[in-house]
Amino acid sequence: MTVIGTDSPASGGLAIETFALSRRFGALTAVDGASLSVRSAEIFGLIGPNGAGKSTLIKMLTTMLPPSGGHATVAGFDLRTQAGQVRRHIGYVPQLLSADGELTGYENLLLSARLYLVPRGEREGRIRQALELMGLTEVRDRLVRQYSGGMIRRLEIAQSTLHAPSVIFLDEPTEGLDPVGRHAVWLHIRDLRARLGAAVIVTTHYMDEADALCDRIALIDRGRILVTDTPTALKRQIGERATLDDVFAQMTGQAQEGGNYRDVRRTRRAAREHA
Amino acid sequence: MGGYLTQLLAVADAELRKLRHDPWELASRAIQPVLWLLLFGNVMARVRGLAPQSIPYLDFLAPGILAQSALFVAIFYGISAIWERDLGVLHRYLVSPAPRSALVSGKALSSGARALSQAVVVYFCAAAMGVHLSLRPTNVAAAILLIALGSALFSTFSLIMACIVRTRERFMGIGQVLTMPIFFASNAIYPVALMPTWLQILARLNPLTYEVDGLRAVMLARGSSVFGLTRDFTVLAVAGIAMIAVATRMYPRMTE
Repeated sequence: MTVIGTDSPASGGLAIETFALSRRFGALTAVDGASLSVRSAEIFGLIGPNGAGKSTLIKMLTTMLPPSGGHATVAGFDLRTQAGQVRRHIGYVPQLLSADGELTGYENLLLSARLYLVPRGEREGRIRQALELMGLTEVRDRLVRQYSGGMIRRLEIAQSTLHAPSVIFLDEPTEGLDPVGRHAVWLHIRDLRARLGAAVIVTTHYMDEADALCDRIALIDRGRILVTDTPTALKRQIGERATLDDVFAQMTGQAQEGGNYRDVRRTRRAAREHA
Repeated sequence: MGGYLTQLLAVADAELRKLRHDPWELASRAIQPVLWLLLFGNVMARVRGLAPQSIPYLDFLAPGILAQSALFVAIFYGISAIWERDLGVLHRYLVSPAPRSALVSGKALSSGARALSQAVVVYFCAAAMGVHLSLRPTNVAAAILLIALGSALFSTFSLIMACIVRTRERFMGIGQVLTMPIFFASNAIYPVALMPTWLQILARLNPLTYEVDGLRAVMLARGSSVFGLTRDFTVLAVAGIAMIAVATRMYPRMTE
């Protein structure tokens, strides 16, 4: 297997650095002064309940949403002034269904390869390799709307990483998947880090998933980052057989309860479409 | 520059591939113009004084119906953009390094190319009904270009509307409201000269008028342009570029 090289960012090994990043929607502050740093080749979890601000933070870091305050560098480039460069060096798998159901798996990958200007001579090879890695070679010419939820997720990951990004964002990558599908996604996330040396930022509200997958996690609640540390260190603070759920309950003074109507509608719809 | 073109064509190509997977969409689009020509055209052909003396009314009508059928499809293009936003496909485009104008232009180009299927249908149907068409290659090429320009223009206008109204439900309402004045305040089914003055002014501000005017000159064996082909093409090109410029600014904000 060939390792695809990437331009390495010039920010001393930090994949992401944010300073007091904020986003307000009218009176609502969705992200409130988030400061964090993610190292290269690190799997970093953004953990919190639905509506905590995880997706808003990701949207800002992927240039989809301009921040209301603060600043950040992603892959070594300034989020506000070098958005184009940022986009070139990141991969993003949104929570929503981003593969086009009306196209085949191959066509989806071809579209991504062209949008990211993968050199013409390398396109076919990289697409073939991506299909193989994700176990989609046999269904490459089938319309994506006939794929299972797990297959769609793997295709989306392949689409977002064809250009060998140095920072990869996955927003709720296991939402709506069964345990087998979730496990497969975990394996692929680890593999991406190993293969591309990329930093991987994952949001999830499954604490067990964060525990198993992430090198470090940031707990977010109501727009604020409560704490950033390794899962082990966080659990140790609470007590011997503590889980991340306990950590979260302790930090926020509440058990997880699940988001507002909009979040429920969104996650259920996503789940249905992935089914 | 080469990169820009690759990205633009990638967007257009993806849209056209979808069409290839679902050719029913093309077939269903062909029905409306045929009905207009057969039902509306055959009745109105009996009304005297509707078309200029030089050509029969069906000849006069055919280019208008072609432009109209392309308009009716293009004006609802925004729905698919909202749909893509709701699903998440739009995020894939916007997070890519492709310049926003390349994305918008690629969509416009695909809309222009899609309209060509309607041109084929209208040409065949009109020929079968005895319309005197011009099949000189330069004329056909000019007609294709006019239809493509018109569709690109109106689909981008529709995209702008989608950016403003943001939901499918609201867009359905708006789409209906927009189609009527664009269609009736144009020369598609009657000459501008027949209109009251205030409507004439609107018709002259309406890009569809110039699309139809140009089509009359190039589609018909005995057709002529009121405004001149240079003006027709210029108006469509300038309006199209203006639409793309506006949409380029608004489209990225759809995901917010």
